[in-house]
Amino acid sequence: MKRLLIVLSLLGVLTTGTVFWLGLRGDPGDTTVASPLRAPAGVSPAERGRYLVQVGDCMACHTRQGGADYAGGRVIPTPFGDFYSPNLTPDPETGLGGWSADDFWKAMHEGRSRDGSLLYPAFPYTNYTKLTRDDSDAMFAYLQTLPAVKEARREHDLKFPYNYRFLLVGWRALFFRPGVYQADSSQDAAWNRGAYLVQGLGHCSACHEARNALGAVQSRDNPAGGLVLNWYAPALAAPAEAGVQDWPKQDIVRLLRDGIAPGASTLGPMAEVVYESLQHASAEDLDAMATYLKALEPTQPPPARGAVQVPAHAVEDMAKRGAAIYTEHCASCHGDAGEGALPAAPALRGNRAVIMASAVNPIRVVLFGGYAPGTAGNPRPFGMPPFGSTLSNQQVADVLTYTRSAWGNQARPVSAAEVARNRQGPLW
Amino acid sequence: MLRKSRLLTLFWVLVMGPAAALAAEDSMAQRMLACAACHGAEGRATGDGFYPRIAGKPAGYLYHQLLNFREGRRLNAQMTYLLERQGDAYLREMAEYFAGLSLPYPPPRPPQAEPARLQRGLQLVRQGDAARGIPACNDCHGEKMTGVLPDIPGLLGLPYDYLVAQFGAWRQGTRRGTAPDCMAAIAAKLNPEDIDAAAAWLAAQPMPADPHPAPGLPRPLPVSCGSVSATGVTR
Ligand code: HEC
Ligand code: HEC
Ligand code: HEC
Ligand code: HEC
Ligand code: HEC
Repeated sequence: MKRLLIVLSLLGVLTTGTVFWLGLRGDPGDTTVASPLRAPAGVSPAERGRYLVQVGDCMACHTRQGGADYAGGRVIPTPFGDFYSPNLTPDPETGLGGWSADDFWKAMHEGRSRDGSLLYPAFPYTNYTKLTRDDSDAMFAYLQTLPAVKEARREHDLKFPYNYRFLLVGWRALFFRPGVYQADSSQDAAWNRGAYLVQGLGHCSACHEARNALGAVQSRDNPAGGLVLNWYAPALAAPAEAGVQDWPKQDIVRLLRDGIAPGASTLGPMAEVVYESLQHASAEDLDAMATYLKALEPTQPPPARGAVQVPAHAVEDMAKRGAAIYTEHCASCHGDAGEGALPAAPALRGNRAVIMASAVNPIRVVLFGGYAPGTAGNPRPFGMPPFGSTLSNQQVADVLTYTRSAWGNQARPVSAAEVARNRQGPLW
Repeated sequence: MLRKSRLLTLFWVLVMGPAAALAAEDSMAQRMLACAACHGAEGRATGDGFYPRIAGKPAGYLYHQLLNFREGRRLNAQMTYLLERQGDAYLREMAEYFAGLSLPYPPPRPPQAEPARLQRGLQLVRQGDAARGIPACNDCHGEKMTGVLPDIPGLLGLPYDYLVAQFGAWRQGTRRGTAPDCMAAIAAKLNPEDIDAAAAWLAAQPMPADPHPAPGLPRPLPVSCGSVSATGVTR
């Protein structure tokens, strides 16, 4: 008995030790890997850094509305509570003023702050860890050229127990391995460049992969879509969702750069990614991302989660009422048979954004409307009117149930409860 | 033969045209239909608040408001959501489009307030209150109060609730303009009774026969306003 206790406690110590070792071990990283993004000759590190910071979309999280660029303070709502981004300008007291390039590397590569404390993965260092040291140094060089802005850090407002930072030790042991991107020699330079951008700097998986209850990206083998900022980020490898394997390359580039492409447009958080970041990416980098996205192994769409069942006998009535609402409010733009009227309104028939298993995005679009991002390639977008104050939850459910089942569309019905749930939360 | 085929074409255009090709108008009007959902032609009051009219207001004023929403100086979640990813040139085009619409104004609702309150309102609007450093509203908003081109809005055709809400927003800092923010400064000097009286009187006035903004002001502004580019003084 006593021996068993000793063995058990020894095992306990060992496990705890391993967790701490895994969660806390330092990892200087391989600093010799060359960046797959070959910089044109004659560009200074700070200039290159400016570009990298833009493609990494640091702005989206690290600038609050109406605030100074990169001075932080933006709220990032998550299921664990609200995070507030810190100040990245070189202010000595509230920003990165006293930091060295080594400190910055430790944050980007290892997810640790200058004082060694562990950082929350709301900061997508789980992607940025793939960056090379020279790219990290260039980004730091640029951030240090910004005007120093004094903006004190706002405390995160997290639910128990996530407010205990030290618990990240366990999280990191389970889910985080630092590691610079290793080129796949069986693929060409464009593919590797695209992989580096999509997996690393562009942190697409931070939104596009489902997270488990602990906020970790769920599965590497079959990346499913995930809920983010009240929207559903569809699975990047599933052709029925966001997969673009069978698109012509120039259409993929248009979607990422202009925010619209034949049969698709970007909305909500994706519109922000395009507006703040991807529209500024170089032609070469856009082409590389398209190459990589086209080559992804196609996956099946993930099953719908969180759908509220609609009793079968109710569906017919809903669709009937929905058809009348559609004729009154929608057909003038989207056409009697959902055929659309380009460029003024997209088709709803056969549109995967309408018929994917998750109904979150169509619900949000009907409630809150919206414009595609205004980019150089699409500077005067057309807008979808918000119906949140004209239609009740049941009416929105009805018209979407109709839209998702008419003209050959075959998607599950939408319930009023699901619509009600999506009226809440900040707009993004 | 020729005539027959031409007739046939005409027939197809007439019969099939509208059905086959939806009116996909590549126009500003089509682009701005999403705004009409809330603002309608004349503004609209609903259960969840009031949507002000935007048609026919001075272009510079509208443009500044669109910038203010986009940059978070004026807070309204829906407005910000719709505009936050649009460039300056498009916002300017939106402002000019709505400024160019001339639509009829509905008659004002009959005054809800007792005469003493209306009298107080009239006095504030026309004369201000020199002792407390409050200029007359007319000095900036124009003699007819239909606004002044290009940056100053009119004060007529706005309902009581909207007017009161705007003063509340200036006082709480949820509506800000380019500094010096003259309206915020004036709002800070008014007490709730002043605001109530001025709003009650303004909301009860009919539109003059010519509802267009005045081309300029007879005198320079009594206080400087950051959002007013040229004072529009007519010499
Ligand atoms: C999805 C939102 C998001 C994006 C995108 C993002 N960050 Fe952050 N970042 C955060 C949050 C939240 C924190 C705070 C984490 C914490 O407190 O543990 C943070 C922390 C940091 C820190 C650590 C600061 C400190 O005081 O410890 C650095 C450095 C940083 N980010 C740099 C960047 C750079 C560079 C980029 C772009 C390549 C970027 N971030 C993109 C959300 C983001
Ligand atoms: C901040 C979260 C976020 C990030 C980061 C993000 N996305 Fe998205 N993405 C979304 C959401 C939400 C949608 C669904 C809305 C829509 O269709 O625009 C989406 C949609 C898409 C679509 C489908 C568009 C359509 O209509 O078919 C593609 C393709 C896509 N994203 C690619 C990318 C790529 C590539 C990256 C990285 C460079 C990326 N996304 C980064 C949130 C994100
Ligand atoms: C004034 C014209 C107009 C009307 C009326 C209208 N829409 Fe739209 N709708 C649009 C435009 C434009 C878009 C594309 C928005 C974008 O690119 O962000 C859109 C997008 C959508 C989308 C998202 C499609 C996608 O590809 O992402 C859905 C779903 C939708 N509308 C449904 C409806 C329904 C249901 C109604 C009636 C209740 C309706 N619309 C009425 C113009 C309209
Ligand atoms: C969901 C409803 C909604 C939609 C759609 C909407 N607005 Fe608004 N808008 C409002 C509300 C509410 C206010 C008043 C905010 C306040 O009280 O400060 C407002 C205010 C404004 C103002 C300021 C008016 C003034 O006199 O100060 C302008 C300009 C404006 N909107 C333009 C637009 C344009 C352009 C669009 C289309 C791109 C649009 N709005 C779409 C709700 C909406
Ligand atoms: C010094 C010049 C000046 C004076 C005096 C002045 N205003 Fe203004 N007012 C402005 C300007 C400029 C704006 C536009 C503000 C902006 O662009 O943000 C404005 C805007 C307004 C608006 C917003 C209209 C809308 O459509 O949202 C209201 C209401 C208003 N003023 C009421 C008044 C009242 C009532 C008075 C008198 C008590 C007054 N103002 C006195 C310059 C003035």
